[in-house]
Amino acid sequence: MEIPYTVTLRPDTGVYNAKIGIWLFLASEVMLFGGLFSGYVFLRIGAPAWPGMLHGEMYAHASEVLSVPLATLNTFVLIASSVTMVMSWASLMRDDFGKFRMYLSGTIALALVFLVVKGFEYNMKFEHGLFPSESNFLAIYFVLTGLHGLHVIGGIIVNGYLLGPGSKMWHTSRQQFINRIEVAGLYWHFVDLVWIFLFPTIYLM
Amino acid sequence: MGNGLKETTGKDTTLETGHETHLTHAHHEPGFWRKYIFSTDHKVIGIQYGLSALFFLFFGFALIMLIRWQLAYPGEVLPFVGKLLGETNMPGGSMSPEFYNQLGAMHGTIMVFLGIVPLSVGAFGNYVVPLQIGAPDMAFPKLNMASYWAYFVGGVIMLASFALPAGAAQAGWTSYPPLADIESMGQTMWLFGMVFLITSSLLGAVNFLTTIIQLRAPGMTFMRMPFFVWAQFVTSFLLLLAFPPLEAASVFQLADRLLDTSFFLPSGLVVSGEALNVAGGGSPLLWQHLFWFLAHPEVYVLILPAIGVVTEIIANNTRKPIWGYNPLVYSVIFLGFMSFIVWAHHMFITGMGTVISSFFQVTTMIISIPSVVILSALFISLWGGSIRFTTPMLFALGFLPMFGLGGLTGLPLGLAPSDIHLHDTYYVIGHFHYMVAPGTIIALFGGIYYWFPKITGRKMNDRLGKIHFWGTIILMNGIFFPMLIQGLAGVSRRLFDGGLSYQIAEPVLHYNQFMSVCAWLLALAQIPFIINFFMSLKKGEKVSTNPWHATTLEWAAAPSPPVPHGNFEVLPKVYRGPYEYSVPGHHIDFLPQNSPPEVAVTADA
Repeated sequence: MEIPYTVTLRPDTGVYNAKIGIWLFLASEVMLFGGLFSGYVFLRIGAPAWPGMLHGEMYAHASEVLSVPLATLNTFVLIASSVTMVMSWASLMRDDFGKFRMYLSGTIALALVFLVVKGFEYNMKFEHGLFPSESNFLAIYFVLTGLHGLHVIGGIIVNGYLLGPGSKMWHTSRQQFINRIEVAGLYWHFVDLVWIFLFPTIYLM
Repeated sequence: MGNGLKETTGKDTTLETGHETHLTHAHHEPGFWRKYIFSTDHKVIGIQYGLSALFFLFFGFALIMLIRWQLAYPGEVLPFVGKLLGETNMPGGSMSPEFYNQLGAMHGTIMVFLGIVPLSVGAFGNYVVPLQIGAPDMAFPKLNMASYWAYFVGGVIMLASFALPAGAAQAGWTSYPPLADIESMGQTMWLFGMVFLITSSLLGAVNFLTTIIQLRAPGMTFMRMPFFVWAQFVTSFLLLLAFPPLEAASVFQLADRLLDTSFFLPSGLVVSGEALNVAGGGSPLLWQHLFWFLAHPEVYVLILPAIGVVTEIIANNTRKPIWGYNPLVYSVIFLGFMSFIVWAHHMFITGMGTVISSFFQVTTMIISIPSVVILSALFISLWGGSIRFTTPMLFALGFLPMFGLGGLTGLPLGLAPSDIHLHDTYYVIGHFHYMVAPGTIIALFGGIYYWFPKITGRKMNDRLGKIHFWGTIILMNGIFFPMLIQGLAGVSRRLFDGGLSYQIAEPVLHYNQFMSVCAWLLALAQIPFIINFFMSLKKGEKVSTNPWHATTLEWAAAPSPPVPHGNFEVLPKVYRGPYEYSVPGHHIDFLPQNSPPEVAVTADA
């Protein structure tokens, strides 16, 4: 039994099913990160100082506590990974499976770089005894970037599957595979976009 | 038709879907596990949701029957059952306050998240929506299966929490910090359970919305969809967009509990005489805002599918189109939109300023308008109808005044001045139970009687159905009406002794015993239903594919019993709206959506 419009486009909506599905899912993700950001706003408004006291020292700027250079690097890393993601889809559209593998591998590699840098940042904090329990500033920092990081990991898993065992579909059901890469790409762009919001609000403001 | 599959579950073989039709000729017969347990067929998944949800509804009901003993006879030993529940929960056979709190918190959680929503959306939605729009299945069958199993895992976690040394969650279904932040491990399990349930709902919502948008059969425009599908459509948008903030809040609360953060813990908190060793600076109000941002749309999730069920049953049993289909559709869309901007009417006494409080009062009053339009359209639909008092119709008719009464009792809660007196009293409990119990549950019972023949090929017994109906609706009123009285008198909710230690409660205390007896009788009133349900599976009167002579596709186009994998021999084409009953000039009183138009009718036909 075949589900209609899995691959072909439904005439009146102009899309295939998974495209609607992913946009709906991304709408719910907007609400999820929206809820987290609202928490951030609420707590920051109510705080006498931000970042405030940490181990007896008063800090007035997030950049004094967090590493802006590392986060800036990470921002460029993620933007680059979005570019390689699009290129991997475009390569498939041009029937170039080899380039697709190269670009998707690049996306995954850049995502891993992001996580390594993040891990390094986290470690720097832990080494100085700066845990989420220390203050709300750190709690927000760790929970928001942590949840974002979980979404990066999710993306790596999906992209890894599509690069590996999932890529067999290129030979069995070509258009459906291209659609899957497109849908995965939309998710990945969203993960990138969340970081574009996270970086200025947490590190720079 | 090959029926060579063994009945290993005791369920009727008409529930199986994988048998060979020309639709499935290309793939081989799946084994027991892929057919009944890990099926991707929306009908099997719908049944799985239905049976699980009914179990949880009865379990949640059992919890409240225990509470009702404590409320009617505070401190007294519960005969027989008391000893069975253990010394921690029922020392000497009478209830401990901690166990009372667990029962209260888990009753609410289980009924809302494990009972009603899985039944109305997971069961009814899954089974009926693809059929009603003429689709072979949901858009994402594997995701559908994943949704069910996420729900199942969430349910297991919730039930398992009762076995912890300090028991299940105790901080209410609302899990307010600071209390919820410092409670025992049962609260952590509640949060993990919620994460699974929220995931299940989100995946389900994506599936429903995509299915309705993309898989409508040719000719099935949006304005030709049965109202039941519209109700599920709006409900799914609510689930999709309202649940994530609660997920965010749950992450924050888990962090507070497991990582010692202070998202919700204010500075200077003292617990049992000792200052809490946390950073502080958090806000309990933040939880309330995030929680109610979900929980208000959630109540519309609870009611909308039920309204959809009632609409289907009324159209079918008045042999008339529903009055005001277009206003119904616009109202339900408007209602869905408004439901996102009323949440703080649950927070009027938190100290919000008058400006913001006025805003939420205004939006709350506005949202009553579409509700009234919907109820009015359903009432007006009865006018001039040829009413058939079938068992489903009894339940649908019973729903209408109960929804009206329950809705009216909501008005003083939506206005801050009166809410100041009524907030956190039994009046609130009376109000929302009117909506959910003689409201939603009555409607869903009607749905079970209505769609049972489609699923099983047999009708449920009418006499038992009528006994079930009258017993249920009368006793539900007996339980929840006195709550309105007690609340007006000022009796707080969640009191371990039901108000015994408060002087203001004294004049209305006697209702407790009356309500408890009604609750226990209500349990007995479900016995005819349970007997009927299981008996009819085997011995119910066999019927054809469209015993109710209905117009919608699940009756008119899908062969049964059982409905095969893939639903339709050939995907139907739709030629008309969903409720073309008693169309002048035709010799039968209903025109199925998929039957081709006849030759033009002459004036003297």
